[in-house]
Amino acid sequence: MVNVRKGFASRAARRGPGHPEPAAAGPRPTQPRLAASLLYRVQRLLAPNPFYRRLARWIEASDVSYRLFAATEKAAKSAIFGCQMCGQCALPATGYACPVTCPKQLRNGPCGGVGVDGSCEVYPGLRCVWLVAYERAEREGRVADLGRLQRPIDHRRWGQSSWVNYWQGRDDGLWTEDNGLNAARPGIWRFAASMAAGRQ
Amino acid sequence: MISAPAWLAGGRASPAGQVLRRRLESGDVTVTAEIGPPRGADPDAIRHKAEPLRGWVDAVNITDNQSGFVRLSSWAGSLLALAAGVEPVMQLTCRDRNRIALQSDLLSAAALGIPNVLLMTGDHPRFGDHPEAKPVFDIDSVQLMWAARTMRDEGRLLSGRKLDPPPGWLIGAVENPSAPPTRFRAARLGKKVAAGAEFVQTQFVFDVAGFARWMAEVRDLGLDRRCGILAGVGPIRSLRALEHMRAVVPGVHVPDEVARRLSGLPADRVADEGLRICAEITRQVLQIPGVSGIHVMAPGFEQGIPEILDHAGIRRRDPAEPASAEPAAAAEPAAAGSVAAGRDQSPRSAGAPGPRSGCAH
Repeated sequence: MVNVRKGFASRAARRGPGHPEPAAAGPRPTQPRLAASLLYRVQRLLAPNPFYRRLARWIEASDVSYRLFAATEKAAKSAIFGCQMCGQCALPATGYACPVTCPKQLRNGPCGGVGVDGSCEVYPGLRCVWLVAYERAEREGRVADLGRLQRPIDHRRWGQSSWVNYWQGRDDGLWTEDNGLNAARPGIWRFAASMAAGRQ
Repeated sequence: MISAPAWLAGGRASPAGQVLRRRLESGDVTVTAEIGPPRGADPDAIRHKAEPLRGWVDAVNITDNQSGFVRLSSWAGSLLALAAGVEPVMQLTCRDRNRIALQSDLLSAAALGIPNVLLMTGDHPRFGDHPEAKPVFDIDSVQLMWAARTMRDEGRLLSGRKLDPPPGWLIGAVENPSAPPTRFRAARLGKKVAAGAEFVQTQFVFDVAGFARWMAEVRDLGLDRRCGILAGVGPIRSLRALEHMRAVVPGVHVPDEVARRLSGLPADRVADEGLRICAEITRQVLQIPGVSGIHVMAPGFEQGIPEILDHAGIRRRDPAEPASAEPAAAAEPAAAGSVAAGRDQSPRSAGAPGPRSGCAH
């Protein structure tokens, strides 16, 4: 027993600078590698249009092209954002910092455990990804985005290409139009009408 | 209809349902406190902690495996508190349950007559006694409140399926005004209010000026008119506790001046000074416009909560309303649901004038 603990301690001490924290289950907060201002411009280029819709349908038509496309998306987005491939991208509403890299996978803002120095409560050596999101959104005048209510995600979509889903309108309604305080209370369902009609 | 078991009936009847809700709506100072369930199968542990608080507090929070340490469950603890004649606030975290289990536990709470739920994300299991456990975090606290409000007011599950009858608890949230990004914390409470929160308990307030700044933003958003706001307070009773609070407890900010007041003292006087600081902070936060009351957290010192309140000038009140004679089994949650639904239809735009009722407007 004692030896096992010693083993852990020495292994922790040997850890290189890349792994300053002992591991915890789940993702690690990841700082995006590109400026938010650039990414908001890229977003305008990638906004859904008939061309992208057709492209997405073409990609989906074959297993090979879909896998190739998803692998490319994964490589690019994990290098830039630490993307976990949840398949329902929140980045446009979070200052282009990925909330899925939060160890608690929070979609609606930072938890109450953020240190006074801005550290993540699970990885005290890393900066809270929601704090990063706030600072990026603030610089770009997009703080109101963070007030939108993010709806529960569909866990069947892990591993899917978020771009293909986005271009085909499957990401519509992932979040509310605003902070939900001024109008009628926002519904939790993305497609409220079909939900009410279809299921009893 | 199945009636409540006899052992439950006394507990259900005595708090007469909705002490916390009525206190929040009355505009009086509302007081809640936190009780940690035991690590063990002793049913008396909750009673021993809850009974001395009767009349001092409007409701007691029963924590949900706090900090990821396994304890008796919060719904069982809530039942034991009901049986001891103190209204419970059942805490429920997203750490250990997916949306199926969360909704099921929420329904169970309503059926058992638990009148208040406090919905939160929960600490990461890494800090608990099972750091190797799988963290669930299927949905987050805002989504859980949203689901709960949908269950109650629309009578539907996340799946869209109908609930018959719908549950009827008061929905609570937590917020930490002192955690970065502090300028986003009021807006974050706004999300919770939009999702369904009717009262909020904050993390420990030691930095009153920072809390007052947060409250100013809360008032600007009109949240104090739609949600009861209970400031978290508690005593630091030893230098070890101070160190623990500053270094270990996630998100608690103890400013230097508070630390200085305690650390200069001989060990036997720290507890008294901690109590004095707690009383001062309590008086100060209750002066801030929009604050509905306090939430006392004194883990391991629950028996001292009356003393804490007494120091802060809060007196014991008659344990709410007289006990109702009949244990209204499933009728009570249903009735509460209709009250909530009724309130929900009233005008609630942020600018709408109205009495300072505790919540939901």
